[in-house]
Amino acid sequence: MSRAGGTWVGARVPRNEDARLLTGRAQFVEDVEPPGALHAAFVRSDLPAGRLRGLDVERARAHPGVHAVFTAADLGPLLRPGAVLVPPPPLEGLVFHARTALPLVRERIRHQGEALAMIVADSRYVAEDAAQLVEADIEPLDPVVDLGRALDEDAPRIHDDLPSNLAAYVRQAKGDYAAARARADLVLERRFSYDRGIGGAIENRAVVAEWDARADRLQVWDTTQAPIPVRNVVAAALGLSESQVRFIAPFVGGGFGPKIMFYAEEILVPWASIRLGRPVKWVEDRYENFFATTQERGQLHEAEISVTREGRILGVRDIFIHDSGAYDPYGLTIPINTQCTLLGPYRVPNYESEFRVAFTNKPIVTPVRGAGRQHGVFIMERLLDLAARGLGLDPVEIRRRNVIGSDEFPYNHEIMYQDFAPLRYDSGSYEESLEEAVRLVGHETFPRERERAQPDGRVVGVGVVNYVEGTGIGPYEGARITVEPGGTVRLATGVGTQGQGHFTSFAQIVADAIGVQPSDVRVVTGDTSDFHWGTGTFASRGAVVAGNAIHAAAQSVREKILRHAAKALEVDPEDLELADGAARVRGAPDLSVDLGALALSANPLRGAVEPGTEPGLEATSYFGPPYGTTANGTHAVVVAVDPETAMVEILRYIVVHDCGTVINPTIVEGQIHGGVAAGIGNAFYEELVFDEFGGTSNASFMDYLLPTSTDVPPIETAHLETPSTLNPLGTKGVGEGGAIPVAAAFAQAVEDALADIAPGLEILDIPLSPGRLFELLRGAS
Amino acid sequence: MKPPPFEYVAAASLDGALEALAEPSLETRALAGGQSLVPMLNFRLAAPERLVDLNGIEELARVEETESGGLRLGAMVRHLRLERDPLIARRAPLLAEAAPFIAHPQIRSRGTVGGSVAHADPAAELPAVLLTLGARVRIARRSRGGESGSRVERTLDLEDFFLGPFFSALEPDELLTAIEVPPSAPGEGTAFDEVARRRGDYALAGVAARVRLDSRGVCDEAAISLVNGGATPCLMREAARTLVGAEPTPEAVGATAAACAETCEPAADMHANEAYRRHLVRTLTARVVSRAAGRART
Repeated sequence: MSRAGGTWVGARVPRNEDARLLTGRAQFVEDVEPPGALHAAFVRSDLPAGRLRGLDVERARAHPGVHAVFTAADLGPLLRPGAVLVPPPPLEGLVFHARTALPLVRERIRHQGEALAMIVADSRYVAEDAAQLVEADIEPLDPVVDLGRALDEDAPRIHDDLPSNLAAYVRQAKGDYAAARARADLVLERRFSYDRGIGGAIENRAVVAEWDARADRLQVWDTTQAPIPVRNVVAAALGLSESQVRFIAPFVGGGFGPKIMFYAEEILVPWASIRLGRPVKWVEDRYENFFATTQERGQLHEAEISVTREGRILGVRDIFIHDSGAYDPYGLTIPINTQCTLLGPYRVPNYESEFRVAFTNKPIVTPVRGAGRQHGVFIMERLLDLAARGLGLDPVEIRRRNVIGSDEFPYNHEIMYQDFAPLRYDSGSYEESLEEAVRLVGHETFPRERERAQPDGRVVGVGVVNYVEGTGIGPYEGARITVEPGGTVRLATGVGTQGQGHFTSFAQIVADAIGVQPSDVRVVTGDTSDFHWGTGTFASRGAVVAGNAIHAAAQSVREKILRHAAKALEVDPEDLELADGAARVRGAPDLSVDLGALALSANPLRGAVEPGTEPGLEATSYFGPPYGTTANGTHAVVVAVDPETAMVEILRYIVVHDCGTVINPTIVEGQIHGGVAAGIGNAFYEELVFDEFGGTSNASFMDYLLPTSTDVPPIETAHLETPSTLNPLGTKGVGEGGAIPVAAAFAQAVEDALADIAPGLEILDIPLSPGRLFELLRGAS
Repeated sequence: MKPPPFEYVAAASLDGALEALAEPSLETRALAGGQSLVPMLNFRLAAPERLVDLNGIEELARVEETESGGLRLGAMVRHLRLERDPLIARRAPLLAEAAPFIAHPQIRSRGTVGGSVAHADPAAELPAVLLTLGARVRIARRSRGGESGSRVERTLDLEDFFLGPFFSALEPDELLTAIEVPPSAPGEGTAFDEVARRRGDYALAGVAARVRLDSRGVCDEAAISLVNGGATPCLMREAARTLVGAEPTPEAVGATAAACAETCEPAADMHANEAYRRHLVRTLTARVVSRAAGRART
């Protein structure tokens, strides 16, 4: 099925991995069960704040079937705080207090679910039985639960060596906001709260470790998004050479951010395997996942917009508090994303933004799909909606008047992004994207539609919002491509894969370069024995950073093929074309040589390889972007609201997006669908509920409401393709974009639906549960 | 989330199950569809020493017509059967209407009517629906010392069965064996509706109603029950009485709905506060009673 034009990039290629996934043959960590494996369970603190005065594990140790019970006292040199994975950017006036957790609690408990002891037993059942026999003597401490009061002077201190619960302070500004405000026709100020939840991957975390004493090697299967960095940390901590430790991240049932983190279990399970001389397996259960895996949560904003009477933005000021949870191992990525993403596709000449990060007695906050960008988009889009209302403008019209034009790129926002580079937009299609969404949703005719009586008593409304997402940041990724003598092409890269379609989209890039079918390319990701340089899958960067490394390696292999083929066929390389797995002479297709045959001759058993060349048809390349590329898009949503029950149904959902060059539209649409589903969960369903004692009240999928297939409507997608100027493929990231603007669109649409019934109603808090909407309706009437 | 150790007995007959339940030395729980009990075991919220599996007892899985034209539902009849059995749809259409609201298809194909009633969850649909229909429960146990015969049975009005949240009149050695639904009277209409966060979730509030109209269109009997309207599945006797003797006009129905909302005792939780629940009870009662009355007219 060779395509006309000969390019695979851009084609709806069926996914190479689906046969394995759909027939249950794909290997996940849970499927790994080495002979003789023992099973681990962790004893975790039910209390969010306390002092561990004593831990009696003797009954658990004596329980039949238990092989070991480890506490902090057993860890020796491993008992030290974890690494700060992302240092803060070099900003003037920055305050940052790095505090990370011990692998097992020694004395102080700072959030529910911190591990007190590790039990290794014949089965998980026995391990959990023994866990119930551990007696922990914990002195409860007053927990810090309410983010709004975490930084109060009299708030209990979570880290005793710090003067307060302040984890960080950052201020960034451009222009002169105070002056802009002074000449504004309208200034609007509101308080917003934006809460988020768990990653909610269908597969929880899991680690299986097998120490082979004869080979002096450690093999670990891990659900990580970052197998190479985790391997390196584990090797160093255990005093092993990196070459002795092989990490495999096989098929992983969803990453969504939390699996990029480094976790104590990733070191304790391998350590226990070495110590006990047996394979050890740990699979996190759903309950543990609510505490032991990182999550995102809330921010409280006090934001202000200054506009002219024509609706032009003069400036924005935003002051917010970000909840970091008990520790801050991932630095400032989330609040800096919020700070930068707030500006969106708009000209904001004057901007003043400052945030404080607070420690609380809640599980650790690290990026979850969108990673703080949602918060920023929500604030900006809501401010624009309020300004439009204040000026009597249509919400679409105020956006038209402020979006950055296509002739204004590259656009410099003059503040620093999470990758330590200035926030610059390389290219984009902000006007086209907005107009296309407006056209698709029928915005111009929509007000009349609202007047149409809904037979069931519901009212309908529409929302249209924009976003810009910084994607594809560095530092780098790499790839090695090898043509094998059988004609198969092997591609190895360091990023892990959690359902993104890497086995197909990466293969398409290779197929284009060397004239093979995507199904001929065998892609290996996330195995440190195949490729051991790289950082991981995060920040919507796989197709950008790994994709362009693959592109570069494929071009190098292509050159090698042409050189060898030219010699074999005794023609000039320029007269050759690569297609159908062979190098052929243009215009004389009978004169050809298979790639497999070329691979064999490039690696001869006798004779000589030409001096100064390498054997085989293989190349390794790396790609590091100068700074992140920016994707953009517009979401439009139509909702129906039952004002009597406060229930909201999404009737239509439209996504116009621009992620530069689209490698595979089907895969991109899948990313968007998943992202929008996550966004719908964030807007309407998902909320972590903490009681006054800091305990999570809804640590199960019965009460933590993920949207199901019946809650997510069909999503209509339109692709715009403005290539990135920062990489040869022109790709931009798309993994998170779908999730980012949903709550903002949802809020605008619900307000629009209720415009006649409750004209003054303002949605300033997310998630907008029906209970919260009921209170808003009650307050408005 | 693994259960603690327990002994497992697969009962082959009702007597076998009753015998196992009667043995005092082991704390024993009956295992029906397992849709509530197994999660409780996995969360280690329940730790019975022994489970008696009822799934092999054929006589508990029957749906029969009673002499009076009502229905007898064996305790092990699955929710899915309520949804699909034409006899049930004919004799008790309210059961067929409400069944799709019970959780998800996978759960309905496993969960049982007896299990749901015995669990006595105020948030469950089936207890409220059965209360509206005036159902009775059949209960059996093995004879205790001094009693004649091998088995003792009793019948209880469902209203007297629910004593508190997750707490029923069942003694530890007793088993709920069947639910009897009386025949529907001429001129009767029923309806069910609920508001849930997502399809299949426990309802924020739900209402089941049965309205009987005489030949002049005046209501001469009404029953309304609430899902998540109190500490137990609850029949709103006083509120339903406000409709009796009146034509079910929007005003009359509205007054009944208001009475329901005032007298119910909903709990507040993370999904809905008390005011919102009362408001939903009022909205849903008005809708459901109107629909039931409309069906009674035709």
